[in-house]
Amino acid sequence: MRYGGIDIGSRYIKYVVLEDTELSGVYKLETGYDPLGTCRDLMDKTRPDHILATGYGRHLLQTHHAVETVTEIRAVAQGAREVFPSCRTIIDIGGQDTKVVQLDENGVVAHFEMNDRCAAGTGRFLEIMAKTLGFDLTAFGDHCLGNGDNLTISSLCTVFAESEVISLIARGAEREAIAMAIHQSIANRVVSLAKRVGVKDAVVFAGGCARNRCLRSIFEKKLQQPILVAENPDILSAYGAALMARR
Amino acid sequence: MSGKYTEMWRSLGLNLEAHQGLLAVLSDAYKGIYLSQKNRPEGMKYFDLVISEVHGQRIVEIVEEKIKGKPVFGTFCIYVPEELILAVDGVSIGLCAGADVGAEEAEKYLPRNTCALIKAFMGFKLAGLCPYVESSDLIIGETTCDGKKKAYEILNEITGKVHVMEMPHMKSEEGKSLWMSEVKKLAAKLTEVSGKEITLEKLNEAAAVVWEKRRALQRLSALRAFDPVPISGLDALLINQVSFYDNPVRFTQMVNALCDELEVRVKKGMGVVQKNTPRIVISGSPMAIPNWKLHAIIEGSGAVVVGEESCVGERNFKTQADPQFPSVEQGLEAIAERYLTINCACFTPNEGRLDDIQEMAQRLHANGVIHYALQFCTPYMVEAYKVKERLGKEEIPYLRIETDYSMEDMGQLKTRVEAFIEVMKDGMAR
Repeated sequence: MRYGGIDIGSRYIKYVVLEDTELSGVYKLETGYDPLGTCRDLMDKTRPDHILATGYGRHLLQTHHAVETVTEIRAVAQGAREVFPSCRTIIDIGGQDTKVVQLDENGVVAHFEMNDRCAAGTGRFLEIMAKTLGFDLTAFGDHCLGNGDNLTISSLCTVFAESEVISLIARGAEREAIAMAIHQSIANRVVSLAKRVGVKDAVVFAGGCARNRCLRSIFEKKLQQPILVAENPDILSAYGAALMARR
Repeated sequence: MSGKYTEMWRSLGLNLEAHQGLLAVLSDAYKGIYLSQKNRPEGMKYFDLVISEVHGQRIVEIVEEKIKGKPVFGTFCIYVPEELILAVDGVSIGLCAGADVGAEEAEKYLPRNTCALIKAFMGFKLAGLCPYVESSDLIIGETTCDGKKKAYEILNEITGKVHVMEMPHMKSEEGKSLWMSEVKKLAAKLTEVSGKEITLEKLNEAAAVVWEKRRALQRLSALRAFDPVPISGLDALLINQVSFYDNPVRFTQMVNALCDELEVRVKKGMGVVQKNTPRIVISGSPMAIPNWKLHAIIEGSGAVVVGEESCVGERNFKTQADPQFPSVEQGLEAIAERYLTINCACFTPNEGRLDDIQEMAQRLHANGVIHYALQFCTPYMVEAYKVKERLGKEEIPYLRIETDYSMEDMGQLKTRVEAFIEVMKDGMAR
């Protein structure tokens, strides 16, 4: 039997295919302006026997193809727990949502928190800032210098934070130091969300932003514990959905 | 409801074009959210009619009452004693505050970061969209929160007809005596505006009307404890919203008739949703008409709302004052005392509200509680922490939501609510 888990995010569609218990395919495509078309292509290509949709656009598949859905909160919990059986806390930074999920001993979702309405503290924030500073997003986290003590980005709003960055550039601040300040700013916001939920060992960092080494090391410092990151952190929700499709 | 009321709306000074637009939006929203529901009780037809005539026939009735010499009193808070208004033959109306309208106008006076409810009541007035506020002879405000308190100063500048009751913020002896004197001051003000003294006969009569109304709402609340639940949360919310501006005697009759029907449903084991559907109690800021946002999300996601620990809900009818008073003085005291049993987040401490939430969750067999706060509604936003602590201790699943009247966060809210329902279902399966 073939099982699919599709995660329709605000920036990317992630798709995982399982052949019985084996991982047989992983896809990541830009969501763009026609996510339904992209999903149809992926489904036509792989023809899964069962499929489960998650992510921001999950209802699109539910409406058009009667695909069952699960929230990304539950999906990421399943995926993270499968990869790291000791996982009790998940920090998931996606394109437009930041979520912190706490699991009980059995891996069932106990509590969760999400960022409020705007892009503050999300992947989109990081993306806009990388662009403002002229860095490639995938290498943004490798360009942070200093400890962030001398510069701070205080605004939580993406638009205002961008103008703060621009005025720092105008003052002649090093762009690597500004990069550090931006990462600190996101991390502060996410850590306060995590503390609200309560952090339990082990902590898994999921979502595309988990590839960012700088964010990961700030979290480790602030939470004073190691942070686990999967090889493909951005597909954990899709993987979780595929696992649930199998059940 | 167009043509036949146009002249009346014009004479009330409404902005006809904008008002027409509002009614069209309201009517579409109502069709989409309410009329699309399945298994609705027959008794809801009356409330559908009331909504379709909210700015029409009901205003005609109010204007007719005014012609007969009955003044109209507009209110924004369940702390304003309805008994006293009825005792001077007044019409008591909860004013429009539940939709994102006239925000541009309101923001000429108010900061952008003001709670949606305050912005809305200013917006409705300034944009000329609320026939109730235009019909009011007196608007009765209260110092529950800072935002309202300061906004009333501005509303009074604009309308010249605002009376503000000073709310104590502690239920101490001093607080009680302040409240008692405020209730008496209101009674004098009502007499001044209406030209009618509050007699014992009138007061007892008025208190009996309000008592019956609250009893009908209590009856409705009790019926929501059954599984399968005989009425949707959306419909029950609507009834609670309508309770603020319908004729109280007719409203009571219609709620009781509906409850008769719901009792039959319960006996037959009939519900509006299947047995074992996840059940949610909502607690927090008031949901003024037509704010149906959270209920619509929840009930569109496979759960059902079984209670509202809210001013538009349980707080409005949970407690009663025995309506047969021996004297006017004792009547005013009993009424003042009864109102002080309402557990609003403007009080400190406010442990009673935590008990109320817990009691409702248990009595209504809720699988979880969603704390709802309007953004910038500081008393409820802060008190959410205490609610979380209490529910955590009782192992009742809890979700905290802060939002406003706009639709921009629908996607995120839906994800949160669906995830919360998944958590509740996990709990139910165990």
